[in-house]
Amino acid sequence: MIQQPFDIAIPPGVPALRVQGVRKAFRERETGEREWRRVEAVSNISIELPRREILGILGPNGSGKSTLIRMMATLLVPDEGRVEVFGYDVTQHRLKVRRLINRVSVEASFFKKLTAEENLAYATGLYGVPNRDAQRRAREILDRLGLPAKKLKVPLEQLSRGQQQKVAIARALLTSPTLMLLDEPTTGLDPKSRREVQQFILEVRETHDATIVISTHDMDEAERLCDRVAIINRGRFEALGRTEDLKAQHGPSLEAVFFTLIGESMEEGALSEE
Amino acid sequence: MSLVIGETRAIWALVRRNFHLLRRYLGWELVFWFYNVINALTIGLIGYSMPPGAARNHMVVYLAIGALLWNFLSILFQEVSNSVQWERWEGTIEYSFMAPIRRLTYLGGVCAWAVLYGLVRTLVVLVGVAIFFHVSLQGADLAGAGLVLLVSSVPFIGLGLMAAVLPLLSTERGAQATQVIQGVLLLVSGVYYPISALPHWIRWAAVLSPATYTLKAVRAAVLSGAPIHSLLGVSGGLLASGVVLIPLGLGIFMLAERHAMRTGSLKRNG
Repeated sequence: MIQQPFDIAIPPGVPALRVQGVRKAFRERETGEREWRRVEAVSNISIELPRREILGILGPNGSGKSTLIRMMATLLVPDEGRVEVFGYDVTQHRLKVRRLINRVSVEASFFKKLTAEENLAYATGLYGVPNRDAQRRAREILDRLGLPAKKLKVPLEQLSRGQQQKVAIARALLTSPTLMLLDEPTTGLDPKSRREVQQFILEVRETHDATIVISTHDMDEAERLCDRVAIINRGRFEALGRTEDLKAQHGPSLEAVFFTLIGESMEEGALSEE
Repeated sequence: MSLVIGETRAIWALVRRNFHLLRRYLGWELVFWFYNVINALTIGLIGYSMPPGAARNHMVVYLAIGALLWNFLSILFQEVSNSVQWERWEGTIEYSFMAPIRRLTYLGGVCAWAVLYGLVRTLVVLVGVAIFFHVSLQGADLAGAGLVLLVSSVPFIGLGLMAAVLPLLSTERGAQATQVIQGVLLLVSGVYYPISALPHWIRWAAVLSPATYTLKAVRAAVLSGAPIHSLLGVSGGLLASGVVLIPLGLGIFMLAERHAMRTGSLKRNG
């Protein structure tokens, strides 16, 4: 594990993440329309995560998953409610929270002309991590994720989507976050890469003592990784609990639970996915 | 101490990133540098329309100073304001803004690169101009001119910070607006002509531009050999305007960032 130049005191006994009555709305306007309309992206969500838990957030496109994760990541200010990371409010103690978290988003955002090595040097430099340590650790992580070391020397635009996503995961881990926010980290990966990343997430929890929030569309992934699953639809949590408990209440499989709770049949769901 | 080390590493990370980007776009960089040299030469050549002699030499140097200074100040302004534009374009802005560093540190790194890059690029143009024109700089106070140039970076960084707000609020329109600001500064600052050449109704704008004072002072140092002590007043004024403009620019930037985090305009989906 790489030591950062700053250590944040984590108060004992506080949960890794506490979300209390959070709301977030945006103003939107369709092309050609003159009137703005208010769209509530997240509506009165509350949740508490103990340390080392992996929480899965399942929801259809546009259900508020990314907005919720962005609020946890200090990138969006909630309209109402509070988000606390290890007891620190994300709007009042932004710098402290940022030292404790990192995020992987669905789109692996990089300077596309720069190599993976150069992108990682930039990203870890912003966190005060010495470059030599970062590069050594990056090789270890990417080797573990099945990305050959020579790919570090290649401009990101020449890597496949899956390879870029692996570099994005390495970027997040290199800063040793205590809370990892993974926004659809395996979307677009081939089955083998997906397996490797999933296995790695479980290892990160063990080796880094990390708490993880992961949004996903993949029911198998949620079942495999998550201690608890929240199903979100139109900005609200429709259900929150252990997968076994949700299945006992709502359907034989997590997929059935999902479609039951978002108000679609499995057949409608399959059609809308097409 | 560890905080200082961390923030210094962050500034270095930004400078190094921009250097890597420069290397990746080297073809374009060479084209821009070549264009800058040619642009300065063509502007200097306007002076050759005068009969040979001291007046022609004076005019060539007068125009060359304008071209060189504008080259430096516009690079400074562009690099600072375009840094946000570039991050938005690549989609990395959320990652950069999520890093646990002060915004001052982030912008400090951007400005450090802008000053370094601007100085090197301007030096290249200066070498091109010197080789091409063989103008005499006897009696010029080059130390004084250098002092004014360095000090004038400070208010221009402040202006750049304010301009960087525009692409933060709107990616495409913001970039367009920064070009407009740069164009207005070019028009009113007396880059290639004295302020007296401007129509009366627009002359007031020249008073507000730091470039006006920079150009006037550097020309006094190079063309008239004005001693360094006579430039201290202007230098102090430029520094003072920077002391106002930089915190103002930083404050406006942080307000705009706060606005973007409320409205979700940094990026939002799902």
